[in-house]
Amino acid sequence: MAGAAVHDHDDHKPKGWVRWVYSTNHKDIGTLYLIFAIIAGILGGFLSVMMRWELAEPGIQIFHGLASMVYGVDGDAAIDAGKSMFNAFTTAHGLVMIFFMVMPALIGGFANWMVPIMIGAPDMAFPRMNNISFWLLPPAFILLILSAFVPSAPGAHGVGGGWTIYPPMSTSGQPGPAMDLAILSLHIAGASSILGAINFITTIFNMRAPGMTLHKMPLFAWSVLITAFLLLLSLPVLAGGITMLLTDRNFGTTFFAPEGGGDPILFQHLFWFFGHPEVYILILPGFGIVSHIVSTFSRKPVFGYLGMAYAMVAIGAVGFVVWAHHMYTTGLSLNTQRYFVFATMVIAVPTGVKIFSWIATMWGGSISMRTPMLWAIGFIFLFTVGGVTGVQLANAGLDRALHDTYYVVAHFHYVLSLGAVFAIFAAWYYWFPKMTGYMYSSLIARAHFWVTFVGVNLVFFPQHFLGLAGMPRRYIDYPDAFAGWNMVSSYGSYISAFGVLIFLFGVFEAFSKKRIAGANPWGEGATTLEWQLSSPPPYHQWEQLPKIK
Amino acid sequence: MTFQPAATGIMEMITWFEHYTLWFIVPITLLVLVLLAYCIFRFRESANPTPSRTSHNTIIEVIWTIGPVVILLFLAVPSFQLLTAQYTPVDEPGLTIKATGNQWNWDYEYQIEDPLSFNAAMLTDADRAGAGKEDRAVYPRLLAVDNEVVVPVGETVRVLVTASDVIHAFAMPAFGVKVDAVPGRINETWFKAEKEGLYYGQCSELCGKDHAYMPIAIRVVNEGQYTTWLAAAKTDLPGANRALMAAIDNNTKVAVAGN
Repeated sequence: MAGAAVHDHDDHKPKGWVRWVYSTNHKDIGTLYLIFAIIAGILGGFLSVMMRWELAEPGIQIFHGLASMVYGVDGDAAIDAGKSMFNAFTTAHGLVMIFFMVMPALIGGFANWMVPIMIGAPDMAFPRMNNISFWLLPPAFILLILSAFVPSAPGAHGVGGGWTIYPPMSTSGQPGPAMDLAILSLHIAGASSILGAINFITTIFNMRAPGMTLHKMPLFAWSVLITAFLLLLSLPVLAGGITMLLTDRNFGTTFFAPEGGGDPILFQHLFWFFGHPEVYILILPGFGIVSHIVSTFSRKPVFGYLGMAYAMVAIGAVGFVVWAHHMYTTGLSLNTQRYFVFATMVIAVPTGVKIFSWIATMWGGSISMRTPMLWAIGFIFLFTVGGVTGVQLANAGLDRALHDTYYVVAHFHYVLSLGAVFAIFAAWYYWFPKMTGYMYSSLIARAHFWVTFVGVNLVFFPQHFLGLAGMPRRYIDYPDAFAGWNMVSSYGSYISAFGVLIFLFGVFEAFSKKRIAGANPWGEGATTLEWQLSSPPPYHQWEQLPKIK
Repeated sequence: MTFQPAATGIMEMITWFEHYTLWFIVPITLLVLVLLAYCIFRFRESANPTPSRTSHNTIIEVIWTIGPVVILLFLAVPSFQLLTAQYTPVDEPGLTIKATGNQWNWDYEYQIEDPLSFNAAMLTDADRAGAGKEDRAVYPRLLAVDNEVVVPVGETVRVLVTASDVIHAFAMPAFGVKVDAVPGRINETWFKAEKEGLYYGQCSELCGKDHAYMPIAIRVVNEGQYTTWLAAAKTDLPGANRALMAAIDNNTKVAVAGN
């Protein structure tokens, strides 16, 4: 009799490594994604700190030494290998942070964990596909890491063309196998994301609890639905583009080679047709997360819910018709540039709606400044700073002076490194008690916030000045006039790196202290369905579907 | 903390427009900051224990949709004027120079009767003394080249930009010029330098190992100096360059003495 009593849902939980490797459980897969994102984030962060260390002073400080350590070269060959290695670091930093940190954290991690729970579904629509989505990522990541250790250009190792991998730099410019490994890595990571996107779209369209119409669905689910559509429509274009790169490199085609009638600019159009939606893929889930957190800790419903949902739809849709604003200096005709200036500026309107709606959600609320709220408010402000410089850069006439300078670097790190990453940490602190059942130390979490806030602003705000003064991006060395702000920026990166250590310590501390969080640590403001479950939630939730009134 | 001093009318327009945009984006950012701070303070839990349930206000939602549209219109009008000006040379170019990006130096070709062409690469420390370019304030590290492009002041110069291997970008911040050098394509830009002087730019599209080491230097001189230099450069480029540097030095000394 006692045996029958324990034969409830928890009984089906597989044990040991089988539970993780064979997992079809959206929460376990979400956890795998989060762990993966943390590992990739540490690697990507390490690459950036090395670059900032190098750039702290004019001249070459460390990369010739790194190159001789890693590739065993000496003298002038070490200097040359070091210069190429710096380019490989910028490239890998971008690819790792985009494909292996932000996307796995927001989409694979938090969305996998929370979307089914929030819409009242027992799991994702295709649990086995969910498993393969995750398990495609480690091989992709390993391929990218391997590429750093095989030849690219003569005397160089690792892909050094930037994350944009423009040909001919990525074809005839780097004949070695490093680029082929990176292309394969992107193909696999792309396939993983496309499968994930199909899974989310199917889940959200078909598995919402009775009564949960699309117009009652939580904004995070909305944001993931829109993100999934962007992925599904844009990634195949990248896949096509990099396949053409692959055949140009290996099978004698000349899609992008002018000597065979091809055009290098064609690749840029294909790349940015994917690349611009991609940057919205990185930020949209963050929009959803911030809406929930602001509403929870203001104890008020989201202001202008429908406006918020359709603002994201608008951002996603317009995001497909603005790609060439990354290409103002490539020789686009005047009229083409006029169109892209206009289309790009349009995006500021729905984005403004979102910023003001978050503030309006706080207005009249009863605000408690818990840790997730700190990160969310930090997000709103820093994203605004990155947003307004985006409005400047939208103007082709002004972009002429700022394109490919540190101004652009500052801009996209304000929206991504300080936007998307702040959203990730906001989500981490918001859902950590739900996912693990444990409450973290608020003191450590706040220290993490303030150190990171100061650090990243020191890194990136001075880069606006460097960009205005004309410092080009992706430079291992710079004229001495740029020394001052580069030094400040490098110190900021050391402080940010210290912030990451605080974060890791906080995770360790929370797991070792095991403070029980309870089902809903955030009080009556937390109204979405995940807070009705225990913390951590049962292995299979909603065996009785919740009814939404 | 701001742009380099402008040497062309286009760069003056760009600088003006950048300052103009600041008048919109700085107040907007401060407004968001103040509103956030006000909410955090005024509506903190202890001061406002009972939250309102307001979640709609059509009027304010219309305002914050229309408001940004109006601001964007204020930005768009001068923005389109600037963009159009960049593609409308003030007068017919009197000189055409073709710039070809290579890994990792530039080829220049003066497209005149009996064309002049030469290569310009970054000046190495070993060559400084020989070239008479030891003053690092005038010939900075990473920026100084062996052979500068020499153009007459006040002349509209057409630049045709292309590349021989991978994509580079021809950039001259003080002129407000940046255009990609793409293999198989020729991109056209122009500038009309209003002030004599030596101006520096750097390659602005990642092109491999020495991307940071292929500067662009343009020397803007008066009509007489240009004519003399051009005549001499066709037979003896280093000699012509040295003679030009001496002439410019003398002029500066005369100007100082005249004070």
